[in-house]
Amino acid sequence: MAAPLVLVVLAAVTVRAALFRSSLAAFIAERVEVASPLNAWKRVVEGLALLDLGVSPYSGAIFHETPLIIYLFHFLIEYAELVFMITDVLTAVALYLAIQDFNKVVFKKQKLLIELDKYAPDVAELIQTPMEMHYIPLKAALFYLLNPYTVMSCVAKSTCAINNSVIAFFILATIKGSAFLSAVFLALATYQSLYPLTLFAPALLYLLQRQFIPIKLKSKSFWLYTMQYASLYLCSLVVIICLSFFLLNSWDFIPSVYGFILSVPDLTPNIGLFWYFFAEMFEHFSLFFVCVFQMNVFFYTIPLAIKLKEHPVFFMFVQIAIISIFKSYPTVGDIALYMAFLPVWSHLYRFLRNIFILSCVLIFCSFLFPVLWHLWIYAGSANSNFYYAITLTFNIGQILLISDYFYAFLRREYYLTHGLHLTRQDGTEAMLVLK
Amino acid sequence: AAALLLLLLAACPGAGRGAGRERRDALREELLLSPLPTGDVAATFQFRTRWDADLPRGAVSHYRLFPKALGRLVAALGVRELHLALTQGFWRTRLWGQPPLQAPAGAELWVWFQPTVTDVDKAWKELSNILSGIFCASLNFIDSTNTVIPTASFKPLGLANGTDHHLLRYAVLPREVVCTENLTPWKKLLPCGSKAGLAVLLKAERLFHSSYHSQAVHIRPICRDASCMAVSWELRQTLTVVFDVFSSGQGKKDWSLFKMFSRTLTDACPLASQSKVYVDISPKNKEKELLEVTPPPTSVHEAVVQGDKKTYAVYDLLSPSLFNTSRSLNVQLKWKRPQDSSEMPIPVLHAQRYVGGYGLQTGEICTLIYNTHPYRAFPVILLETVPWYLRLYVHTLTIITKGKENKPSYIHYQPAQDRRRPHLLEMLIQLPANSVTKITIQFERALLKWTEYPPDPNHGFYVGSSVLSALVPSVIAMKDVDVEQSPLFTSLFPSSDGSSYFVRLYTEPLLVNLPTPDFSMPYNVICLTCTVVAVCYGSFYNLLTRTFHVEEPSRGGLAKRLANVIRKFRGVPLL
Repeated sequence: MAAPLVLVVLAAVTVRAALFRSSLAAFIAERVEVASPLNAWKRVVEGLALLDLGVSPYSGAIFHETPLIIYLFHFLIEYAELVFMITDVLTAVALYLAIQDFNKVVFKKQKLLIELDKYAPDVAELIQTPMEMHYIPLKAALFYLLNPYTVMSCVAKSTCAINNSVIAFFILATIKGSAFLSAVFLALATYQSLYPLTLFAPALLYLLQRQFIPIKLKSKSFWLYTMQYASLYLCSLVVIICLSFFLLNSWDFIPSVYGFILSVPDLTPNIGLFWYFFAEMFEHFSLFFVCVFQMNVFFYTIPLAIKLKEHPVFFMFVQIAIISIFKSYPTVGDIALYMAFLPVWSHLYRFLRNIFILSCVLIFCSFLFPVLWHLWIYAGSANSNFYYAITLTFNIGQILLISDYFYAFLRREYYLTHGLHLTRQDGTEAMLVLK
Repeated sequence: AAALLLLLLAACPGAGRGAGRERRDALREELLLSPLPTGDVAATFQFRTRWDADLPRGAVSHYRLFPKALGRLVAALGVRELHLALTQGFWRTRLWGQPPLQAPAGAELWVWFQPTVTDVDKAWKELSNILSGIFCASLNFIDSTNTVIPTASFKPLGLANGTDHHLLRYAVLPREVVCTENLTPWKKLLPCGSKAGLAVLLKAERLFHSSYHSQAVHIRPICRDASCMAVSWELRQTLTVVFDVFSSGQGKKDWSLFKMFSRTLTDACPLASQSKVYVDISPKNKEKELLEVTPPPTSVHEAVVQGDKKTYAVYDLLSPSLFNTSRSLNVQLKWKRPQDSSEMPIPVLHAQRYVGGYGLQTGEICTLIYNTHPYRAFPVILLETVPWYLRLYVHTLTIITKGKENKPSYIHYQPAQDRRRPHLLEMLIQLPANSVTKITIQFERALLKWTEYPPDPNHGFYVGSSVLSALVPSVIAMKDVDVEQSPLFTSLFPSSDGSSYFVRLYTEPLLVNLPTPDFSMPYNVICLTCTVVAVCYGSFYNLLTRTFHVEEPSRGGLAKRLANVIRKFRGVPLL
């Protein structure tokens, strides 16, 4: 399996190198869908230039990266293109290894459940076989590396690639079962962009499952493990934040990075829902709606944890998707991360209801974004409503895609336990509804 | 007893004479008329009240020539220097030459506070509000989003010991409009008002019918005498106006006081100790006389002003011989021969600024600075204040002179904070002789909240003029003259030596468009975005709280039964 992966990596690197050398690089770098005020490369260069001038990068409102990025690029600014290509490759390799391990886990669990007779007798066609799962890791790596969103994100040198890489390593560490590494990478991911805090729950559930600790609120071993994992996570987070303090000897980065992510002062258009909403909001209600919108990312965690406690990796996928839709400054790089997981759920294809129309919506919206931006900003023949409308449609497409996959997942679980050919009381073929 | 009475009587006139000798304030008024190379005429009025009092100590209660409003302001708020200018129009340095006193378009206020002031920002806010009331100008819009603290430009023009730049505040309101409402309170501050002296010429209907109108107030402490043991306070009120005589003079370039101001001078202000009219009759060409003034001047004065030798015809309104022949003075100027463009002198330092780029996302501010001196290079300090919603990227700052990069020897950059303070960029740039320096910096345009746009959002947003301060080398060496005796128009800026003179230039203000949201849509946007969030919430709620069930056939509602009845009639399979 290594050879096809190497081939895929080579192809991806070639595509990126070709685009770096072409004139499209400058065009892609200034696209608002790809570069947001949080992760644009122009702002990283500006922050380093401010540091050279003797001014703290956080004294203005331009630079919102963490001190880790300053430290990293202080030395590597000459090789920025290489850094981003290597980051993408590392992410893909991490996803490959993680999904390979995950497949083994799935297979083992499936075997256990079949032996325990938990499955209905006629569900043979729903059970995943090693044959069909063999190419899934490669497909996931391919999906990530050759996704146009990822390629554009890399060519624009958006630091979203670094965030994705950290999350991918976190997923790898979790699936491999190492609580310490998982906590460290999760702390790093939270430090970089605050929202991966919600991935604590799926990681914890997975690690508990792996240690065969039952998830009961009264169980002592559950609380012990949870406390262990939580303390590892919090300690690493505190250590990383203190190290950042010592870089510039000030706590200025906290309001500049986390205050910025949470209070959304910059209304630069992007593919998310926040910018136009707060551009048209009365000042009086601004704080209330900021809180409501930010809570939106965090409050699906507990219900999903309750519903999907047996399937923590799917929970992680849904949570990553919710983060990339509802975060304050989303970019297409965030979307590329959860799309890389879609091959893992390719066995759900027969239960997806709207996949054709949703993929059409997503593809058309991706093409319409730059067109309507040009019409608004350069041609002047459209106004901000056009771009906003495409933002809405794109986000509805993503939301329905995720809920479609969720529906298909739950339906397959039902069929596995209740049998594929369902009959009603009078023997006719039954319909399945959500009630 | 009689001897005592005699002694008293002798003492009293002495005392009276002493009180008269001890007059502690003096007013000098002056009008400078200079024909500009393009045929326009610039008229600069200066009224200077000098007062030997100790204002900050609060030991003053009797105001005579110095206006009480400004005196109380200086004393109460601990102001050391105050400079306020309200300007309409732009001084075209390249066509009109170096200005005597330039001000940027709109309102400009810069103030040095005394070191005893503890909360400078509070004093600044109070000061701008009080001045807003005194001058009927919207100076109350000065707040932290357009105030900066320059570090190198705007050094004190008066006496100063120690210059901690944290006591300095500078703000400019480029959108401010100047009109009669602002002229009237300005005239009221003059001791004679507009009833006597040179101020009778200040009639609003002619003054605002001009290409450039700038009125300013400068308050500063100066040395009382050469030994500088005590401090006096100086209030200068200047008004510069440029008339486009060609267009308003029925095509003839000859002008007169009556043509310009529709008034003539009848007498000097009785409270003034000096009242003069200077007319610039410097010959551009050594051989031929260019101008002829009537009536004949009281005297002719030669001076080196701004590095150039100039000749002035002086009319002293206090000299008794002036009003002998006629009751009023109407200075008239005739052009002896037409000017040719080769005689137009090019100023040594001039600049222009413009916005480059296209679209509403990014742009570029380009400043061009020209040094036309044939062999002398000199440094210039450039101060740029850019509002926070044009996000400057200082790593894109490039300075190119004669095709090569020119690194500034001093650069002070303070980035903006959203909705709190503007960008401040100060640079010391060396300008080589006979060169053009191009300074470019890129910016990104921000999308503001819909309530932050002005009522006409598509008009654009103004960016205040940038300030260039330089010691320009003069062509002719200037002698050190006694400041008190020289004309007022030569003595506002202190010069340290005669080989260079201080110039402060302002570039054009810029007008930049920002992308706008649709202002009619707040309710729609809130509804639609909340709908999208609700779609997510609804789908997830369904999937999280409901479980799959096999659907049991229900008897169906009334509609279904009715439909089945109709179907039975038609012979079609039932639902």
